[in-house]
Amino acid sequence: MFQFAVRRLLLAVPVLFGVSLVVFALVHIAPGDPIDLLLPPEASPEIVAQVKATFGFDKPLYIQYLLWLRNALTGNFGVSIFNAQPVLGQLLIALGNTFTLAILAACLGFSLGIALGLTAALYHGRWPDKLCSAIATTGVSVPNYWAAIVLVLFAAVLHAWLPAQGIWPDTASFFGRLRYLVLPVGALSLIPMGVIGRFTRATALEVLSQEFVSALAAKGLTRGPILRHVCKNAAPPVLALMGLQFGYLLGGSILVETVFNWPGSGYLLNLAIFRRDIPILQATVVVLAFFFVILNLVVDVAQAAIDPRLRR
Amino acid sequence: MADTAISSAAILAALATARPASGYWRNVGKRLARDPVTIAVSLVLLGIIFIAVFAPLVSTGHPYDGSVLHRLAPIGAPGHWLGTDEGGRDLWTRLCYGGRLSLLAGIIPVSAALCVGGGLGLLAGYIGGAVNTVIMRVMDVFYAFPSVLLAIAICGVLGNGFGNAVLALSIVFVPPLTRITETVTAQTRRLDFVEAARASGSTAFQVMRHHVLANVLGPVLVYATSLISLSIILSAGLSFLGLGVTPPQPEWGVMLNALRSAIYVQPYVAALPGLMIFATSMCFNLMSDGLRSAMDVKLNA
Repeated sequence: MFQFAVRRLLLAVPVLFGVSLVVFALVHIAPGDPIDLLLPPEASPEIVAQVKATFGFDKPLYIQYLLWLRNALTGNFGVSIFNAQPVLGQLLIALGNTFTLAILAACLGFSLGIALGLTAALYHGRWPDKLCSAIATTGVSVPNYWAAIVLVLFAAVLHAWLPAQGIWPDTASFFGRLRYLVLPVGALSLIPMGVIGRFTRATALEVLSQEFVSALAAKGLTRGPILRHVCKNAAPPVLALMGLQFGYLLGGSILVETVFNWPGSGYLLNLAIFRRDIPILQATVVVLAFFFVILNLVVDVAQAAIDPRLRR
Repeated sequence: MADTAISSAAILAALATARPASGYWRNVGKRLARDPVTIAVSLVLLGIIFIAVFAPLVSTGHPYDGSVLHRLAPIGAPGHWLGTDEGGRDLWTRLCYGGRLSLLAGIIPVSAALCVGGGLGLLAGYIGGAVNTVIMRVMDVFYAFPSVLLAIAICGVLGNGFGNAVLALSIVFVPPLTRITETVTAQTRRLDFVEAARASGSTAFQVMRHHVLANVLGPVLVYATSLISLSIILSAGLSFLGLGVTPPQPEWGVMLNALRSAIYVQPYVAALPGLMIFATSMCFNLMSDGLRSAMDVKLNA
């Protein structure tokens, strides 16, 4: 087991290296020099050179990459071109806000999805199956940014139940904060609900078709204990997908965050794109991708811990 | 003796009627014809495509013509049965024309990625060894990015525009299509009939064309259909962020964004472009489900 974990960790190193290379290259295929946007067109060549030197844009590309990588490894992502503040501080605050949303949306979406999937599988072919499958398919088909707008429309415009956007003020109470979370978490939980619901149904149906289930029923077990056996057997693949989905929630919350003006990492990325703030853009993408790789790794190891057959 | 005669005659008759080459697809067609959901969904999709293609005929005006005097008319307003947008342009007309770019942004990236990813996956799965390692390890790197993040990052860097959004999405869809083609190809390659074809002297190309591709195509197409749904959502999302199609071009994502601030004035009109994105992506998802069960495909991706 330990050996497997170490081997899996070593496999993640070249992937992370590749990720850093892709993120760095991404910025440099961009048309236009980031410096052009910082300075007025009539700036003298000396000033251009000076600003380039400040941000390190004057060195050859591979030197820039190595410097950036060395600094990034120590947690130093430079300063924002837009507001000259250290990138790391802004990124950490934004990531915290995104994690709050992602964790709550994951809890809600996963529990709803498992409930839908198991109900559908147990009532295979009958109306509860059709209803639950339809809800789950709606979850994966609905654009979550549109769902967010519809939620705002319903709960904040037509009825003034909940705040339409933004994050709580610092003085807000616990319940006051919850009010700000309901709509974004609801919108974000749709995709995980649909994906996990559909996958749980398929996995549970596969387990139900195996012979040991008939054997359990023949032995005289009632529905409850049989369900427990089914869950245990369906759990590993569903858990693995949950890990991936959590990663998608972290990296894919940008659209919903934009609708709610939620100051998370997606919103920060959006701002960085429109301000051409290269250091923030690079740092946000690389850190989110880093989390995603680590999540995949944890999922693989956890799966191997549950099911020894996977420790190849 | 009579038994064997009868059974061999039966086999011959069965062979004569079965026509193995088309049998599988004929069965798929029969199963699809018996599936009411898939039929209904295909009809709706055909309707949406028809409206988009023949937009000048079915719409009631010009997509760019509008007057601020008539802005944000409600649903059912005289002359504008679905109301007007923030520029006073007829919403029904713009929804019809908007379907063109939105549907293309769903279909082009998946088709492009299918060519590239499918080709790479076939190579990796069929040849194996070092070729497989190189291709699949490169794909692993792109797999390390959540798809929305990668699409937004690429598009954000390239700048906005329909072409850049399509390019970004094509890049995003190559890794999953490569991976699934590789998996199915590697599974097929190990089957006995491929071995038999190779042993009887078929060239690599012949084996690939007649035996591998025929078995790989079904599962990959099913998966690609479900990706079209994702592609429509993501491309509209890019435009929604201001990264894809630019206003005033009609496209559902751009229209949704432009009408976002109008939800306080005309809430139902403002929700319509999103409803189109939702309906189209739902249709593609349900069609993929229908194809999957008709083709009896098991996908674990």
